[in-house]
Amino acid sequence: MKVKAIPVAYSLRNLWTRKLTTALTAGGMALVVFVFAAVLMLDAGLRQALVSTGQADNIVVTRRSAGSEVQSGVERTQAALVEAQPEVAVASKETVVLIAQPKRGTRAVSNITVRGLSPAGIGLRPQVRLSAGRMFRPGSTEIVAGRSIAERFAGVGLGERLRFAARDWLVVGVFDSGGSGFDSEIWGDVDQMMQSFRRQAYSSVIARLADSTGFDRLKQRLESDPRLTVDVKRERQFYEEQSAALSGFISILGLTLSVIFSIGAMIGAMITMYAAVAGRTGEIGALRALGFRRRAILVAFLAEALLLAALGWAFGLALASLMQLVQISTMNWQSFGELAFSFTLTPKIVLQSLAFAAAMGFAGGVLPALRAARLSIVDALRAA
Amino acid sequence: MQLLKRQFFILIARNALRHRLRTGLTVLGLVIAVLSFGLLQTVVGAWYAGANAAAPDRLVTRNAISLVFPMPLHYRDKIRALDGVKRVGAASWFGGIYQDPKKFFPQFAVDAAQYFEMYPEYRLADDDKRAFLRDRRGAVVGRKLAETYGFKVGDTLPLRGTIFPGDWSFTVRAIYDGAEARTDTSQLFFHWDYLNETLKRRSPRRADQVGVFVVQIAEPARSAEVSQAIDAQFRNSAAETLTETEKAFQLGFVAMTESIVVGIRVVSFVVVFIILAVMANTMAMTARERLAEYATLKALGFAPGYVAALVFGESLAIAAAGGVIGIGCTFPVAAWFGTQTGTLFPVLEVSPATVVMQLACALAVGIAAAVLPGRRAARVRIVEGLRAIG
Repeated sequence: MKVKAIPVAYSLRNLWTRKLTTALTAGGMALVVFVFAAVLMLDAGLRQALVSTGQADNIVVTRRSAGSEVQSGVERTQAALVEAQPEVAVASKETVVLIAQPKRGTRAVSNITVRGLSPAGIGLRPQVRLSAGRMFRPGSTEIVAGRSIAERFAGVGLGERLRFAARDWLVVGVFDSGGSGFDSEIWGDVDQMMQSFRRQAYSSVIARLADSTGFDRLKQRLESDPRLTVDVKRERQFYEEQSAALSGFISILGLTLSVIFSIGAMIGAMITMYAAVAGRTGEIGALRALGFRRRAILVAFLAEALLLAALGWAFGLALASLMQLVQISTMNWQSFGELAFSFTLTPKIVLQSLAFAAAMGFAGGVLPALRAARLSIVDALRAA
Repeated sequence: MQLLKRQFFILIARNALRHRLRTGLTVLGLVIAVLSFGLLQTVVGAWYAGANAAAPDRLVTRNAISLVFPMPLHYRDKIRALDGVKRVGAASWFGGIYQDPKKFFPQFAVDAAQYFEMYPEYRLADDDKRAFLRDRRGAVVGRKLAETYGFKVGDTLPLRGTIFPGDWSFTVRAIYDGAEARTDTSQLFFHWDYLNETLKRRSPRRADQVGVFVVQIAEPARSAEVSQAIDAQFRNSAAETLTETEKAFQLGFVAMTESIVVGIRVVSFVVVFIILAVMANTMAMTARERLAEYATLKALGFAPGYVAALVFGESLAIAAAGGVIGIGCTFPVAAWFGTQTGTLFPVLEVSPATVVMQLACALAVGIAAAVLPGRRAARVRIVEGLRAIG
């Protein structure tokens, strides 16, 4: 036999002829792809925000078992001990608290993370750039606000005054840290903050190591020191743990939903493909009579289902990529503070959603395609 | 006429059952969509469980800066002395870890004697309650929490402190039941005095500090007035307070995670659109295949409206079947989901409103799916329709 495969054009034309059916089936798949991709993008955005918050050679020292900096407390003597370690190049003793503040345009109140730090602490975050105004002066009641906080919360814009802890704080600058978790923080002078909040203990000590390889030695020494009750973590790891609960929730809920929804879309593809097979029984008979093998018929109908899925994937992903314009802001359960992050489309998600769509198309198309391939020539021609 | 009506329904039933596989698949799709829509609405409802269970006669006083800042213990007596206040109880969020951080459940240190008087919906056996009040290291756990982790009265329960460092251990003295299905029974309560005494030994600076005060008032109508009186009492002090009704306090938590609630709501409607696409496709194909029949019916003298009604009837019948089965499945699946997620969602109850919305969505899908095919069937010209072949 010379003719082996049925041209793809055959499958394409069939889809084109039944435009409404094609559009509806692909539309259903597109919505599933949209949900699937959007969830992965949200999770990727969250991870990116929190991972880019941490620097590779920075460490975070908190009180043992404290889940976040807000829960933690490091006494002054303990902080001084950490600062004096030989591996530590630069250290910043910081206080981290939450203040409840209404969002702009609503009366909904959410928690903002407020960080008191020293000029050394600012230097430990090279990703932070001032986008407006200037940095707070040490020893003053000036504060600077992260970009997403300044946008979203009342009284935190440049030049506005924010009242908390029985004092007025002037916002003198807005900073941008490239979408990291710091965009959702307010920064001010550590000593002023300690005094205003009547705190005796710092929340955490952030330090840059002179040599990153000294981490294990330092961790071991600090955690076994009887004068200290602290946990020592690399900053990257610390922020990864901060996102674990929310990230787990988003991905588990989202993937469960995608799988359940995909059953609906697969059923849609199956109905369409069964109808396509039933409607073209005569054609199938003719093709077989012309010498096309069962395998060729199977491939042609599977190709049609996969083309439907590809169409759904393209539309779904296009829709999902629009979500990149949306920024989500919600409470991070671990730190109890507001955190803003964006939907982020990565090449990996593009491929994952393509694989997901192809799986849907295959699962929906395989049974109808088998039915088409199994038709006997005589019966099929007679049915026409 | 009577005969015609019977005929009409028989026709719809016969038509729906002609392509058993197609109808079966469509119904299955609808069942899945209606079920997942119902579950998502139920999960959203769980978010509001705290606010729905709030009583109008309870106020919550917290530090005005935010919940992470405590208030001095002596505020309790000052609040109690105010006019209109019936009872005041201290409560502190403990936030301990039981075995593994994933095994999360809420833990509160409370003024034991006062607290259960203020929360009559937490029902304790009298003997158990007395045993709890006598034991300083005793704890009360909710029924759902007890069932999730197999806690029994007399068990020792170790917790690792995150906010209050160190290892803590409690003895389960009582298990409380909820007065209603929506009462949260996934919490643990223990004596605030025990927490405070331990803090006095371990870190004296943090002793005599309270997370929130729950205030019971004599007349719910005066809640705004009493709230203002409490806050006025502590204005310009070291720890200014913010007092709101329990409902507003709980809704504050919901507002913090609002984007997640909105996301789940949006997604729950996406599934309705997915199934609408599937259903509309089924009806479009069905109508296309039967154009010749519709033309025949019209040739026999049936009105276009009758033909359209046939399409709508079939679509609605399929949608209703899917909807009813889907709603039927929602209850057992929600119950199973509740046991799987343990104490993550304290209350998972399929509300009547959810069922109504599920039915409404199924019928809306049935109607919307039939609009185009129905119109086409009604408008088909007899000659054209008779000429058409599938």
